Amino acid sequence: MNVDFLLSVVAAATPLLLASTGELVAERSGVLNLGIEGMMLVAAVSAFATEDITGSAALGFAAGALAGVLMSLLFALLTLTLLANQVASGLALTIFGTGFSALVGAKFVGIALTAIPKFLFGIDAVAYASLAALAGVAWFLFRTHWGLVLRAIGDNQDAAHALGYPVVRVRTCAVMFGGAMAGLAGAYMSLSYSPLWAENMTAGRGWIALALVVFSAWRPLWLLAGAYLFGLIMYLSLYVQGLGVHVPSQLVSALPYLGTVVVLVLISSDASRGRRNAPACLGRPFHAAS
Amino acid sequence: MESDTPLLELSGIVKQFPGCLANDHVSLAVRAGSIHALLGENGAGKSTLVKIIYGILRPDEGHVRWQGREVEIASPRQARALGIGMVFQHFSLFESLTVAENIALGLDHPAERVGLAGRIVELSSQYGLTLDPTRVVHELSVGERQRIEIVRCLLQKPKLLIMDEPTSVLTPQEANVLFTTLRRLASEGCAILYISHKLDEIRALCQSATIMRGGRVVGACDPREKTTRELAELMVGSAIKSQAARTAGGDGKPRLVVDKLTLRSHRPFGTNLEQITFSVASGEILGIAGIAGNGQAELMDALTGETFAGKPENVIIDGVPAGHLDPIERRRLGVSFVPEERNGHGAVGVMSLFENAFLSGNVGQTLSRWGVILQRRTWDYTSSVIESFDVRTTGPAAEARALSGGNLQKFVVGREVALSPGVLIVSQPTWGVDAGAVAAIHQSLLELAAGGAAVLVISQDLDEIFALADRIAVIAAGRVSVPQPTNAATIEQIGLLMGAVAHAA
Amino acid sequence: MQLKIVARGERSRFWSYGAPVLAVLATLVVTGVIFALLGRNPFVALFTFFVQPLLNQDGIPELLLKASPLITIAVGLVLCYRANVWNIGAEGQLTLGAIAGGGVGLAFPDAPAGLLFPAMMIAGVIGGALWAAIPAWLRTQFNANEILTSLMLTYVAQLLLLYLISGPWRDPEGLGFPQTAEFSDSATAPLLIAGTRLHIGVLFAPLVAIAVQWILTRTVLGFQLRVVGYAPRAARFAGFREKRLIWIAMLTSGGLAGLAGLFEAAGPVGQLTADISPGYGFTAIIVAFLGRLNPLGAILGGLLLALSFLGGDEAQIDLGLPNAVTGIFQGVLLFMLLGADLLVSYRVKLIRNAKPAPVAQLAEKHP
Repeated sequence: MNVDFLLSVVAAATPLLLASTGELVAERSGVLNLGIEGMMLVAAVSAFATEDITGSAALGFAAGALAGVLMSLLFALLTLTLLANQVASGLALTIFGTGFSALVGAKFVGIALTAIPKFLFGIDAVAYASLAALAGVAWFLFRTHWGLVLRAIGDNQDAAHALGYPVVRVRTCAVMFGGAMAGLAGAYMSLSYSPLWAENMTAGRGWIALALVVFSAWRPLWLLAGAYLFGLIMYLSLYVQGLGVHVPSQLVSALPYLGTVVVLVLISSDASRGRRNAPACLGRPFHAAS
Repeated sequence: MESDTPLLELSGIVKQFPGCLANDHVSLAVRAGSIHALLGENGAGKSTLVKIIYGILRPDEGHVRWQGREVEIASPRQARALGIGMVFQHFSLFESLTVAENIALGLDHPAERVGLAGRIVELSSQYGLTLDPTRVVHELSVGERQRIEIVRCLLQKPKLLIMDEPTSVLTPQEANVLFTTLRRLASEGCAILYISHKLDEIRALCQSATIMRGGRVVGACDPREKTTRELAELMVGSAIKSQAARTAGGDGKPRLVVDKLTLRSHRPFGTNLEQITFSVASGEILGIAGIAGNGQAELMDALTGETFAGKPENVIIDGVPAGHLDPIERRRLGVSFVPEERNGHGAVGVMSLFENAFLSGNVGQTLSRWGVILQRRTWDYTSSVIESFDVRTTGPAAEARALSGGNLQKFVVGREVALSPGVLIVSQPTWGVDAGAVAAIHQSLLELAAGGAAVLVISQDLDEIFALADRIAVIAAGRVSVPQPTNAATIEQIGLLMGAVAHAA
Repeated sequence: MQLKIVARGERSRFWSYGAPVLAVLATLVVTGVIFALLGRNPFVALFTFFVQPLLNQDGIPELLLKASPLITIAVGLVLCYRANVWNIGAEGQLTLGAIAGGGVGLAFPDAPAGLLFPAMMIAGVIGGALWAAIPAWLRTQFNANEILTSLMLTYVAQLLLLYLISGPWRDPEGLGFPQTAEFSDSATAPLLIAGTRLHIGVLFAPLVAIAVQWILTRTVLGFQLRVVGYAPRAARFAGFREKRLIWIAMLTSGGLAGLAGLFEAAGPVGQLTADISPGYGFTAIIVAFLGRLNPLGAILGGLLLALSFLGGDEAQIDLGLPNAVTGIFQGVLLFMLLGADLLVSYRVKLIRNAKPAPVAQLAEKHP
């Protein structure tokens, strides 16, 4: 197997894994954040600008994460405090983020940065960090009490509230974590994957990350598999013609989305049998009756 | 194992809600190691009292003494700290989580979570409440889910366990297992406060009972020394109102026939219907009495057409098999219905009365032509309903939710009655309605019957049933008893209501 | 002191109209601030963005041209959202409409215009409706969330378009660019006013809005859709069939989006390219909300957002700002709108010396 090929797949999968890990946590708590694409873009431009100005990739990643957190806070304010429609709010975040990043990034078009150094076996540190993050999230969700509380809130927000758990606070933290991860993903795009800035450079990866979370049926292990699968597909779609296979590259690119639809159908149609994998409260606003 | 000082003593508890005195100087004593029943119909004040004990509500007046000391229980957490546990009638669990996880979420102290799975297994086998901590809740039966709640209470070593209508969701076998567990607990010194309306169970299980009616304590006794009849009498009130003979309107032909209706429920805490058979004749009012949760909602759905019956012949309207017809088609046959819930079911709160009239009036009054709503006609219809039924409102354009409960109910009932249906089916006609509106609604039902319609009233309110019905039947556990003429209705009838036991015809 | 959010008894009529106005004003302020931060005079910038486009020679026609697909699509979305069907895939349905209608136009370039263009329109509607049928089917049959399915299909639609214009439908004389041949004259949307780019699609938009408004308020079908959206149980009580209504809502909005897509492709663009739509399908969602889920409100919302597209172009030319400013304006507007919307159903109270609420009352909800 071609080592370059493997490395390319890792590079393609890492931003997907980062962003979807964050969204997994948010959705497990019951919040659907469609604004990932916007958060990634703002983070990408922030990270790029920061590294360009300061020369430090680490600061760049920090800036990206911060940008993601701030944007997600805006989303949390709208949906959790002001009880706005989650779908519309997420879309607003994306539309805003796309425009905002283009605006800020105008100055940085054409600048080239050096990619972040490789850490081990030709793979950079962030890729390893993404694996560690996923493992951390899995441990948190399934082995700690507050991870359990988070899952409970996504399952039955009213029962959780009745038991005295702070629904809004937990969800806000989950959303902020999602923002931070989306931020790291965006930073990875502009600092490592292709170390430059271009308008709309995430090219829909935010939406793919969203699809990934559903595709994985909200389970971390499947998320890992899915991220690498989708990363592989994204990579292949660029080169499928070159491999002599007579399949249109667009069909290959469409597979992640089609696959997600299939998985969604499979999960949902079993709802009557109670096999509920989607957090039952996903997307529903919570107003404590008082 | 009873000591002299009662474990829990309530004296003079008063709790007032707007428009309702839920607890009127209630006193109660529960001894350690005893199983004490709290008996009464819906609305008697039992659940309010129990919420006070568990710290969900605070009493306006009165004292609560625990182990001889006066206490103020300000929250469920405090109640638990004292040693009071409660298993609610409608438990809310986290469906996608395991048994152990559900229990862990309900515990107060992190230390309790250590070794939880093991303790669950130990407890469950100790008390015969088989529970596998690793199973996911949505796979469990209702009886198993209740065990989760019970085990959660037991883990905190309660001195008093309050059980709210525990067997309403259990099969007879599961109920027996529960009784064994409760007796075991009592023998170990735990006191049980057992809320129920099922007289047979109470006589079998409990050593003492407090009976409530209308917010007051009307009796206290040892249920083992009383007959079911005597208990029912205490619960319901001794005088069954005798009916002035009502002139029956109509020719007595059956207009609504329900024949061997059997249906599985789709609801989470639902009741399956079994072989329900009865008929309502022209000019007659049939009352089906029963405590909520015994299949009334499922029966109503089957009658309105929101759920289809197994066979068309299960529901026959004026001779036409209708079990497979949807609500619109049944309305075409001349049936009207008033569902139990006026908010969100019988009417849409955010819509105007005008639009709400259209909701069910379209068919009977031809309020549309070629798919277009006839504005003038609908408006006039709405106005006439408002006027005839004395609905206090600003007019047909008023939003339904702006009306008071009584007025909205008058409108909803009036909307149906104004369609001059041949058959009217109404569930809980005066729930949450002020006295004036109650009288008006009852009057309209009586007049409708006098005009030859067949009227079916499903209600939890026995007074209402006795005021309206020519014949009475009882719905319990998804079965309906054979209707009896009201003025011949006996206490045994009521006992059946309470017993929730499958009966022979 | 704390802020407390308390539900109102009924929706505030004042804020129903006031919220969008407040949102627009707040957005103008924020946009002005952003312009200032970018080193431009905010008033000049706002003028350039909002007023200048209208003063240009083609100002109004261009405005109408951009507004019409927004309005057409948004009206269909209003129908859906009122019925609680969350169609997010209008962009994909638009694409399929362009593909289907455009395909017919490319297949029969020499057919007479009187036959060809109507056929293209019908194909466009069918294409969009079919694409919307997929999430409709998945929801009614499998209970699959239509938000996610319609969204995923948006990307599939875009990829399908890319495939067609890079492959089988690529213009042989197009120098290898991914685009189809230009539509023949008879396959081009007929113009309303010669000399402008105003095509008949522009007329469709307000007509469709009026028609859907009428349907929603005056017909049994519209009534059923609204009841299903407000209270599904009441809809069942009334005998309305939820599945049928979901299908109708999705197919209608898909068809309208498809029609809009066809008009874009066969109108201003003139061929099938990758950029038939600058995200109209998503912007239309904002238009629907801006119009308070009312078809007539969508007309106003469409005009405002169309202006924002023009403003972005204008800002690019006159002020040297990237026309991404449009995205910022639209995003901020939607934020403000969603936030202001709270005031319709809830009241915000300032409480001094807040006493902790008695636990008893908080737990009152327990069964």
